[in-house]
Amino acid sequence: MSASYEDRLLAFVGREINPLKPGQDPVNVPMIRHWVEAMEDDNPIHLDEEAARATGRDGVVAPASMAQAWVMRGYAATMAPKDGGGPADELWALLAEGGYTSVVATDSEFEFHRELVPGDHVGMREVVESISPEKSTGLGAGRFVTTLKTYQDQNGEVVATQRWRTLRFKPKEKPAEQLAEKAAEEPAEKAEPKALRPRPAINRDNSFWFEAAREHRLLIQRCASCGTLRHPPGPCCPECGSFEWDTVRASGDGHVYSFVVNHHPRHPAFEFPMIVAVVELAEGTRLITNLVGVTPEEVEIDMPVVLDWVDADPELSLPVFRPVAQEGH
Amino acid sequence: MSVASPLSGAAAIAGIGATEFSKDSGRSELQLACEAVLAAVADAGLKPSDVDGLVTFTAETNGEIHVARNTGIGELKFFSRIGYGGGAACGTLQQAAMAVATGVAEVVVCYRAFNERSGERYGLGQANRPMDTSADRAAYAWMTPFGLSTPAQWVAMFARRYMHEYGATSEDFGRVAVVDRKHAAVNPAAWFYQRPITLEEHQASRWIAEPLHLLDCCQETDGGQALVVVSAERARDLPHAPAIIRAAAQGSGKDQHMMTSYYRPSISGIPEMGLVGRQLYAQSGLGPDDIDAAILYDHFTPLVLPQLEELGFCATGEAKDFIADGNLELGGRLPCNTHGGQLGEAYLHGMNGVAEAVRLVRGTSVNQPDDVRNVIVTAGTGVPTSGLVLGVDE
Repeated sequence: MSASYEDRLLAFVGREINPLKPGQDPVNVPMIRHWVEAMEDDNPIHLDEEAARATGRDGVVAPASMAQAWVMRGYAATMAPKDGGGPADELWALLAEGGYTSVVATDSEFEFHRELVPGDHVGMREVVESISPEKSTGLGAGRFVTTLKTYQDQNGEVVATQRWRTLRFKPKEKPAEQLAEKAAEEPAEKAEPKALRPRPAINRDNSFWFEAAREHRLLIQRCASCGTLRHPPGPCCPECGSFEWDTVRASGDGHVYSFVVNHHPRHPAFEFPMIVAVVELAEGTRLITNLVGVTPEEVEIDMPVVLDWVDADPELSLPVFRPVAQEGH
Repeated sequence: MSVASPLSGAAAIAGIGATEFSKDSGRSELQLACEAVLAAVADAGLKPSDVDGLVTFTAETNGEIHVARNTGIGELKFFSRIGYGGGAACGTLQQAAMAVATGVAEVVVCYRAFNERSGERYGLGQANRPMDTSADRAAYAWMTPFGLSTPAQWVAMFARRYMHEYGATSEDFGRVAVVDRKHAAVNPAAWFYQRPITLEEHQASRWIAEPLHLLDCCQETDGGQALVVVSAERARDLPHAPAIIRAAAQGSGKDQHMMTSYYRPSISGIPEMGLVGRQLYAQSGLGPDDIDAAILYDHFTPLVLPQLEELGFCATGEAKDFIADGNLELGGRLPCNTHGGQLGEAYLHGMNGVAEAVRLVRGTSVNQPDDVRNVIVTAGTGVPTSGLVLGVDE
């Protein structure tokens, strides 16, 4: 039974669950005004024509992260939809059937292609990228569902993409009295925070990489003279000797070059067995990383993987990789 | 033989000395160093006051001045240290040989001593070491936050790739441990004396870092080892038959990292060991066919295989067959780690292996093969490394 459930679930991978649908209103100044007020965004380019022109723009532009706002259908329609029965609802129903009745958004990664201006009319379509095997999380056993939302303008031009991940989980069932008992028994243990991952030693040569990682951007150092990419980064290009460098953002595609399954010693920040891999990026450089959404038995050298992020603690976010969802599973 | 280097044959190892190898020495690391140095000097038939040079590892906690002051060595004209952990082992002998060959010093002792089991255990890794902004420390930033923190884990990454490329299996790695433990089983100085293992026991041992089982990993040891280097000429007047230093080389490869050179086009070889091997053969005028026995650094079994390939004893990817055919056994083509290696005798950062090579040249190993004229010795793998060829006096 579990196998067939898995198949039904994975049949959604690659499927469009929300077809392209334009937002209710075109991009307009009144909505921008409400939004920037609420967000306390005082950048003048959103409301002041003159200030916007002074930056080289033709006029005011909408805040980039409003992309999502233009296609929201409003509170009432969200709470009591009239048009149920689409593929998205089928997927949520199937997850609920598996016991995954609760949901929490875990991360959202935007790429903005152009700025939106009043008059643009944005629509969005959403495709399922991957559905993870069941993972045990602090909230309960659950599956990470990753979708790609593509935002297009009235001419069909892509203006932004958003990788959107939610955890659909089985809420832990704990009767209230049992919970109270447990809390009374082991208050210290419950209060104990998990050990932090080992800190990276940060210096002037590597800080840019870890700072970008905190913003979920995987960078590769590039020689500004000869263009050679290098990782781990360093101050000087081994190919041409230049000390000038910039960075490129990794596409996030790669494959497993080698991997280790750690058992001992057991650092308290990690759960064992744990997978550490060397991933070769599509750009050609390699990095040491972790694999997620896959069991040690399933990992193979050359397996295609895609970038994901782990926010280990408030100071440390790290790139990790998960298997590319296979079509037609 | 044609000798291409003035270093070849200029110096010899005339004395070796060690403490017992244990898991809890019960004394300071400095005491272990002093005991080993004095034992080596006595073995050479010399007095502490004859010593005018000391060489050790940057990883050593017992500075030259402390050893010299405590042992009565007195004045030192030459002192030098080599970095990169176990990769330093043969490099210390190269330093000594160069000092002696140039007349900078006359009697140089190389030493290494630690409480590596009862004190600071390297096997626990780098996860919780203090931070600083040095390049050496920052290099760990690419590993430890991801949980890749220990030598076993670092080696496992190479091992997995090697298996993938050449079809080697965990059993192929296990055969290295089995032959080491077989040799250790008859060596009274070995920690695993009288305790051989089978391949089945290797396979059944618990995972440490897949694909490495527990029995792929060398032990941790308290102890000290020292070796005395003098000119070949002077060695001929001393009690033991000299172990002539036919060649001594260091090597650091292109895009070298500490244990994690994962960014090279291929990671299934050990280019820095190839570089060491080419120098050893060029200096000595010898080739792989002239080598009668080997001490190959065995902190972890998998990296013994590419060493055999880099040093020219078999073709790339064929070490598994070379080993399975029994070539590392006594009576095989290349008797290997006759003391039991670091897996069987002791983990002394490779220095106990150099001492065993001296015994092989003297003809006094507990597992002495017939007709040994030249022995190759290697130092730590995965790091900038070094090697030696020791030979009988012609």
